[in-house]
Order: sequence, then C-alpha cells, then structure tokens
Amino acid sequence: MDVNKNSYTFGFAAIMVIIVAALLSVAYIQLKPFQDRNVELEKKQNILSSVGINVERENAEAIYSTYIKRELVLNNKGEEVEGIAFDIDLGKEIKKDVNVQLLPLFISEVDGTTRYIIPLRGKGLWGPIWGFISLEGDLSSVYGAVFDHKGETPGLGAEINTPMFQEPFAGKTIFEGEEFTSIAVVKGGVTEGDMHKVDGISGGTITSVGVSDMLSERLTMYLPYFIKMKPVFEVDSVFSAMDSVTTVNDSIIN
Amino acid sequence: MSKDSLFSKKNIKLLSDPLNDNNPITVQVLGICSALAITVQLKPAIVMAISVMAVLAVANVLISLMRNLIPSRIRIIVQLVVIAALVILVDQVLKAFVYDVSKELSVFVGLIITNCIIMGRLEAFGMANGPWESFLDGIGNSFGYAWILIVVAFFRELLGSGTLYGYPVLENLGLYELGYENNGMMILPPMALITVGVIIWIQRMKNEKLIESK
Repeated sequence: MDVNKNSYTFGFAAIMVIIVAALLSVAYIQLKPFQDRNVELEKKQNILSSVGINVERENAEAIYSTYIKRELVLNNKGEEVEGIAFDIDLGKEIKKDVNVQLLPLFISEVDGTTRYIIPLRGKGLWGPIWGFISLEGDLSSVYGAVFDHKGETPGLGAEINTPMFQEPFAGKTIFEGEEFTSIAVVKGGVTEGDMHKVDGISGGTITSVGVSDMLSERLTMYLPYFIKMKPVFEVDSVFSAMDSVTTVNDSIIN
Repeated sequence: MSKDSLFSKKNIKLLSDPLNDNNPITVQVLGICSALAITVQLKPAIVMAISVMAVLAVANVLISLMRNLIPSRIRIIVQLVVIAALVILVDQVLKAFVYDVSKELSVFVGLIITNCIIMGRLEAFGMANGPWESFLDGIGNSFGYAWILIVVAFFRELLGSGTLYGYPVLENLGLYELGYENNGMMILPPMALITVGVIIWIQRMKNEKLIESK
C-alpha cells in the first residue's frame, strides 16, 4: 500500500478526524454532569467563604442551605424581580444593557447577624475573574471577599484567590460618609487607616486593576438597592439618609 | 520488535541521555516558553511536569504504533491532532474528577499542546522507532524537562516569594526581621531565562561532551 498517494492521505485525514471528534464528544458528554456539579458546589463554597464559613466542597450543599437565608434577584432600580438568583449567569448578564440586567443578591444569617453577599464578575488579564463580597448590615463595611479567575498567571494575577490578597478587604468600607467610593486595589502600599484601598499584587497589575474595576462597576449597580435599604437601618437618621440619596445619585451621574 | 531485552543498555540510554547529555531544555533549548511561564512557584511546575510526562509518553507510543500508516506529507498535522486530543482528554478528566488540580494548572494544560519538546520527540523518535523505545524516550525526555523546571521553580519561588511549595521558609527562618527582602525580579519572566542560562553554564562547565572543539 502506498501511503503517499493523495487518495490515501485524504482518507487517512478524514478517518482520523472523525475518530478523534467522536472520542472527544463522547468524553465531553459523559464528563459534563460531573464538571457542572463541581462548578455548582464551588459557587456555593465561594458564597459561604465570603461570609467566613470555610467548608469542604462535598459539604457545601448542606451547609449552604443552613446559612443562606434568602436569594433575591434585583433590577438596576433596586426593585425585586422574579427569578432564581443562584442560576443567574453573571458572565452573560454583564454583557446586557444595564437597564435589563438581573442582579443576584444573597442574604446570609450567621449567628444572628445578617450579611449581604454580592456576586462580582469582571475582566482579568487572560480571561474572566469573579468573586463574592459580603457587606455588613450597614451595607458599607466589608465583612469578607473572595475572588477567583479562569486563567490568570500562576504566582502573579492568580494570587487574587489567596487569603493574602483577600483578607485585607475585611473591614474596609465602600462608602465615605454618604458618598460611594468602592474599594481600589493599588500599587505600592496602602497608607494605614485608608478605608477604601487594598494592596495590589506585584507583577499582577492588570489583574489588580481588573479587580478594582469589577468592584466599582458591580457595586454601582446595587446602589439604588442600598439606598432603598439604608433607611431601614438608620431609622433615627432619616435626614442623613435622604441626603445620601442625592449624594449617591450625583456620584452615579458623575 | 527489536532483539534487545526490555532494559538493555541501549534502552537505558534512552532514559538517561535526556537528563544530561541531550537535555531538551538546556541542550536542545526546546520547551523554553513553558519553562518561563510556570516556574514562578514549585507546585504548578511539578504538576505541569507530570502532565507533560503523561502526554509525551502516550503520544510517543501512539505515533510509534501508527508510524507506518501515517502519510509523510501530513505527518506533522497527525502528530498535532494526537497531542491535542490527548491534552483535551486529560483536561476534561481533570475537570471532572480532580477539579482542584485542574484549577491549579488553569491555562497551562492547554499549552502542553504547543510544547515543542512533545512534537520534537514525536517527529524525531516516535516516527522512527518501536513503541517500547518510544515510551522510554518519552519518559526520559519528560524527566529531563521536569528536573530543569523544578530547579528553576525552586530558586524563583525561594528568592522571589520566600516560600517553597507555598510554605513560608524564609519567614520561619526569621530572615525578614534581619532586613532581608524578597527579590521581586525573580517572579518576572526574564529571571527564568537567566536562571536557565545559569544552569546551562554550570552544565557546560561540568560536562565535557558538551564543550565544542575549537
């Protein structure tokens, strides 16, 4: 048999491609349910860890339902709308127009303390980055934050999923007085006592900037809800709450 | 089948040669791209080395089994398809059953496809030798690749981040209190190249076979 004939070459290529395609398709379909399950459990694990509960992936399911009391879907006016918050794919949602975006919000109750968990999604250097940030009942102080990424450089940008990067977020605030400031990830050291900045990663500047942008973009979307909720917490300072409405609105317009 | 026994002198040489005299990184200067990218820390370097070993050994055997059937004009494409299929398969299996390892490796699993060492071995060895020899050659070369990767990662992680395998060695030694600081340069890609350069330098100093005659 002459293996260098054109017809043989074409035949060989065609058969090889079909075999490889079939093999990979079967592998993909068979493994998909296992992979989806991993992703779902990891999301639950991440949501829990943003409120300080670290669990093994296998136990995430059961513990999730104990601590996460409510799951809301909001629109950008801060109103509750129909939907299942957990199933919202933020990757698709952030590509939509801001007026039709659905905003998931998870409310946890741990030892009697209510915290608000906001899912995040943005761009890193090589691909998407995401995370969850949990706010205290005052909707300004950060209780905890977790981040993860699809393919940031190991040792550099990928460090955003380590405690070294995440822990400094705790205790920061996203409002200065009544003005929304978000939290910036900065290069070259944060002065002590700065409530709105955390240290970036050496060699991971673009990923660090991505985290900054993601926080400010995502949190801004929830501002109308925060403003609506604020009077509930600050019943005794109705006037200052009303002031905050104008200030925050100004900051959105600017 | 060759008449040699499974571990004849010639076959052992297939395993040992790539470790020093014919090292894929320091002598053939192949696979440099991944040696730069994943040697910031030891852990990804080790996992990458294991993945490359699996893919290279299996691909080399498969190509060797098919070597008389492959039309020579499309042989490079065939090699690439075999490598790519194996890598995708490995990636999917990792994602389904060892999700954490898969996350650790992230994009680099996919990048195994572009590792020149693998294609180099298939083209230079698998296409011309039997399956058992090809298997040994694959294992030998991936070990040659692995030890360089691990040595580079060891120095980059130790000097750049002050840790080893994530364990804060220098902090526990109390070096920081004496005013020591990590060298930020070490975590940037150029230092990987310089570290590889230093290894090549030392290797050529010691190994007389590599010294070019005047």
